[in-house]
Amino acid sequence: MTMKSLLRLTVNGETHELYTAVHKTLLEVLREDLQLTGTKHGCELGECGTCTVLVDGQPILSCLALPVEMQGREIVTVEGLAEQGEPHPLQTAFAELGAAQCGYCIPGMLLSAKALLDEESAPDRRQIQEALAGNLCRCTGYVKILEAVELAAERMSEAASP
Amino acid sequence: MTDKNGDLNVVGQPWMKVDAMSKVTGETIFADDVILPRMAYCKILRSPHQHALIRHVDVSPALERPGVLAAITGKDLPIKYGILPVSQDEEALCSDKVRFVGDPVAAVAAVDEETAEAALEDIIVEYEPLPSMMSIDEALAEDVQIHDYADEGNVHKFVSLEFGDLEAGFAQADHVREDVFFYEGNTHLPMEQHAAVANVDGNGRLTLWSSTQTPHYVHRALEKVLEIPRSRIRVIATPNGGGFGGKSDPFPHEIVVSKLAMITGRPVKVTLTREEVFYSHRGRHPVLMWVKTGMKEDGTITAMHFRSHLDGGAYGSYGVASTYYTGALQTVTYPIANYKFEALRAFTNKPPCGPKRGHGTPQPRFAVEVQMDKFAEDLGLSPADLRRRHIHPPFSKTVNHLTVTTIGLDECIDKVVEASGYEEKRGQMPEGKGVGLGCGSYLSGAGLPIYWNDMPHSGVQIKIDRGGGVTVLCGSIDIGQGSTSVLAYVVAEELGLDLDDVVVYTGDTDLTPVDLGSYSSRVTLMTGNAAIAAARPLREKILKAVAEETDTPEELLTIHDSLLYRTDNETLPLMTFAEAAALAEARFGTLGAVGSYTPPKRGGNYKGAGVGPSPNYSYSACVAEVTVDPETGIYRVDKLWIAHDIGKAINPLLVIGQVEGSAYMGLGEVMMEEMVYRRGLHEIPSMLDYKSPTTLETPEMETFLVETDDPEGPYGAKEAGQGPLLPIIPAVANAIYDAVGVRVDELPISPEKVLAGLERKARGVEPRVGPDKIPDVQFPDPIRVDRPEEAPVR
Amino acid sequence: MMRLPAFDYYAPKTLDEALALKQEHGKEAMYVAGGTDLYPKMKRKQMTPAVLIGLSEIDALRQVENGQGLTVGANMTLTEVANDPQIDAHYPALAHAAGLVSSPPLRNAGTIGGNLCVDTRCTYYDQTYQWRKALGFCMKKDGDICWVATSSPRCLAVSSSDCAPVVIALDGEVRLAGPDGERTIPAGNLYVDDGMEYLTKSPDEILVSIHLPPRNGWQMAYWKLRRRGSIDFPILGVAVALKLEADGVCRDARMVLGAVASRPLDVSDDLKEMLVGERITPELVDEVAQKAYRPAKPLDNTDMHLSYRKKMAKKYIAGALSEAAGLESPVSPISRQ
Repeated sequence: MTMKSLLRLTVNGETHELYTAVHKTLLEVLREDLQLTGTKHGCELGECGTCTVLVDGQPILSCLALPVEMQGREIVTVEGLAEQGEPHPLQTAFAELGAAQCGYCIPGMLLSAKALLDEESAPDRRQIQEALAGNLCRCTGYVKILEAVELAAERMSEAASP
Repeated sequence: MTDKNGDLNVVGQPWMKVDAMSKVTGETIFADDVILPRMAYCKILRSPHQHALIRHVDVSPALERPGVLAAITGKDLPIKYGILPVSQDEEALCSDKVRFVGDPVAAVAAVDEETAEAALEDIIVEYEPLPSMMSIDEALAEDVQIHDYADEGNVHKFVSLEFGDLEAGFAQADHVREDVFFYEGNTHLPMEQHAAVANVDGNGRLTLWSSTQTPHYVHRALEKVLEIPRSRIRVIATPNGGGFGGKSDPFPHEIVVSKLAMITGRPVKVTLTREEVFYSHRGRHPVLMWVKTGMKEDGTITAMHFRSHLDGGAYGSYGVASTYYTGALQTVTYPIANYKFEALRAFTNKPPCGPKRGHGTPQPRFAVEVQMDKFAEDLGLSPADLRRRHIHPPFSKTVNHLTVTTIGLDECIDKVVEASGYEEKRGQMPEGKGVGLGCGSYLSGAGLPIYWNDMPHSGVQIKIDRGGGVTVLCGSIDIGQGSTSVLAYVVAEELGLDLDDVVVYTGDTDLTPVDLGSYSSRVTLMTGNAAIAAARPLREKILKAVAEETDTPEELLTIHDSLLYRTDNETLPLMTFAEAAALAEARFGTLGAVGSYTPPKRGGNYKGAGVGPSPNYSYSACVAEVTVDPETGIYRVDKLWIAHDIGKAINPLLVIGQVEGSAYMGLGEVMMEEMVYRRGLHEIPSMLDYKSPTTLETPEMETFLVETDDPEGPYGAKEAGQGPLLPIIPAVANAIYDAVGVRVDELPISPEKVLAGLERKARGVEPRVGPDKIPDVQFPDPIRVDRPEEAPVR
Repeated sequence: MMRLPAFDYYAPKTLDEALALKQEHGKEAMYVAGGTDLYPKMKRKQMTPAVLIGLSEIDALRQVENGQGLTVGANMTLTEVANDPQIDAHYPALAHAAGLVSSPPLRNAGTIGGNLCVDTRCTYYDQTYQWRKALGFCMKKDGDICWVATSSPRCLAVSSSDCAPVVIALDGEVRLAGPDGERTIPAGNLYVDDGMEYLTKSPDEILVSIHLPPRNGWQMAYWKLRRRGSIDFPILGVAVALKLEADGVCRDARMVLGAVASRPLDVSDDLKEMLVGERITPELVDEVAQKAYRPAKPLDNTDMHLSYRKKMAKKYIAGALSEAAGLESPVSPISRQ
């Protein structure tokens, strides 16, 4: 008999209660139980970074995380990046610069980038490359992605300064 | 449409893609995101053998497992199919024989994916193993055939063509070189694993959502295999999470879920695992190449004899076309006076190869561009100068009867040579640092369709709502390259619309006119031309209605930003586009239009002439700068300068994105990517072990767009999605030579190979790593084709 | 979608509870910390525990204590270890090694304890169930042959930890808690040169913490070889620690090689013999490298050709040794990770 548990997960500021098998990964619960299909997956083995979400502000691989361990923590997915319908500056910058081609790696990429900018408001190119080094992309050659993170950082700094 | 100043209002601007916000918010629904009520899940049982007869399959134990809804085998889907009419050799599920580890054998639908997967273990299959052939050599030596329709033994296809007089050409040469190269196979590795969902409605109509680049061909394959008229099948291509050619064939999983949906009466989803994506493959063919070229002192190529041996894997796929493509475009990049091309594609017991970005052309490009560098050294010329001597005159014919229209290769070479400081750096940098140059050309769509017909290659339909909204319908599908956006730009340009007033629906066989698909770099040129063809009559109707209503001469009217103006007073709009459209609807009836595009009939009149013709060809050049550690052979690509003859950039932002993406993919191929097999199995079928570059391996890139205003392309445009990959690979190879004096004539250029070359150099042996020879194969007598009269000698 | 096989899950709050749960469930149960090594292996059915005992809620495993040296709780994530100012100040090679493990998001979940205990790797073993079944299962899971060397009586899977060679080279110790109490052993004694039974830690024991002795002027370096700058496991690691006198004479030296055997390979004895009492010069570095790489026995079961990895052992030893000694490395920085 599959062991199930009653989970209380906070995702994008909303608390969900669900009763599900303990061996379902956070990726599966987000996509299948909560139908938050914005979180994508490319290998489910922790090798590509596509399924990255934020847990307490830190990027983690949702394909290798158990929801039972995520209770009481703040989970943010790509659906939670916009606030009050306003896209996050990273989203706008990615869209404007063409950093999303097929867009499949982008949710994970955005969340890794957000964690970086939350920590370091003006990262240099190398820091951005290192922060995104676990998120594979096959379309862009990363150039536009790195530029978009820089643009977002710039705009966020401008917005923050009086 | 140009306004009175000849300016374009939309085209040429770096607009955001129309789907950009959906892509960054997670809104885009990819195939695996399609969730339907009562949806069941499919898993596919695959062969554990490289080559074996199937003696017996019993799915009944699987059917007894609770939660299992259906289980099928090859007997349920006995009709063969394949992307090319000449290679109808695939089965959705193998019925009598498996040909590689991963070949599908049976499939299960169950209430959830875990149950379906568990049920695969219940299925009993008895195999009788056959000899397995994991290389061309083994395939040629073995009596047992993988397919009985092969040209001979396990040679799927022989090609032998001679253009002009090869012998006479070599007789004129002052220098002759023979070189051998090997290009290992590699795969697309789209981030999105293939997925499909099938559903049969109450009327028995089948709908398939699939991450496919070619919904039209999937439509045809479903009709054939399922024996249902196409009129009762709807294929919806979902946005592809990366394609690169890897989602261009009709695939077993698409047919299997359709069949399972028919049997169970429930929607059925399949999502391949990453390992299954490696087995689906259809990627770059491993190619062994021998090239003998004769040159005059001044660099004129008097003759080239090119031989390629392709390892095709277990099925035909696009392989016949791939084979021809390893020979077709050598003559388009540089004029070759006399040219002989011999090729063979062998069947082996590996996942089938097919089209990957550059389809069949990166391999010969690598060979020819590295050989050009060797010639330059032999002749004491700058590699850039040598290449500059080989620029086709515009609007000329190649020796193999291809028509070149505009050509921006000289300007591309100038741009990258100048920006990189190539001439100052070449041979002058500190030990371990070097620069290399590469060039290439690619087609903007194949001139001929995959299956013989006289219909257009692309169709676009436009309808106008009474609120002024314009809907564009086209069978193409966005695989990330921005094809949906290009349609919006073109229609907005032609009808004078604000981009926000245009909405585009694509890749739906019920709703959209046929477009052949997102492959062959055909979409911008062909759908763009079709969209123009649809939009212009509509614009005329609107202008006519407005002219009549406002009593203005038609030629004084213009539309931009969704507003109608008199060209003699563009400060005050006459009316909105919606008002104008209403006038036109009142005057002419419901507003709609269709437009289509068929490429010009070009090319020679010989067997095989169908591969190579295109409305126009893009050109690219690249300079790479590298740093090599002579102690370890590890190298870093420091920077790439790439120039691309785009004809006209409809959206420069997207074009640069395609150039950078192509460069990245080329970089992966030259540095690390390879499909390798051991003991009959794919050695590394995972994202961890199949190496693709991360942010840390990808260099700075500087892109230059060269505009040649080609008469065939919409607004002068050419392709951008594939050509820029071609020069990257030889540019890096040549740069490594410049840095440390080592020639690695074999891809990928791993640190191991660079170090092996350095060790040879230290021992005083020729510092080259690569194959020594190509096996002697008796090719059929060539088809001899005269040089077209208008083909320049140089 | 690759999914986890079903299991029961418990999240004890204390070590005692965890140990008791393991006693209760026996062989069917496994401990899990970050899960970044275990979950992929479970998805590929290389490991199929019926019960998982999650260690993430045990506070005792999450402490960094400063005393005689530094004690690092096993559940510190690799990101925390890489960024910890104390670790970076006193044991920079460990911070460096932890920061090189896999990728940034993985390091946010993966732990230092998990990295020390990371399963040995092999391209014949780290494959899906269907793949392994197609070839014929190997002795490490479900079979009885070693595909790397079919005549080998033992499993030849490769030790693939970045942190282990460093911790051993720093003369670290590990504290293990088991049903019979706690024990502390030198980190080097945690490992066995056997791809299957590669740890002396019994499955019932929990790795609690890593203790590093005071730095006392030790210089150190860690060099890693892999194809890419991220995601990849080491296919060679060289950890060096040197104790240098003020006059530049070497008083003590340790070196441990990673990913060249089924355990971290301690080649300190050779090194000491050649270095102690000597002033380290580029010539001496070269001499040491010529000798110290010899015990490295890379096999055809990781990325990159085995003969290349063997050659690189020599180069990377020279590189790491030079860096620790403050000399210019003969190997270019582009090869250094």
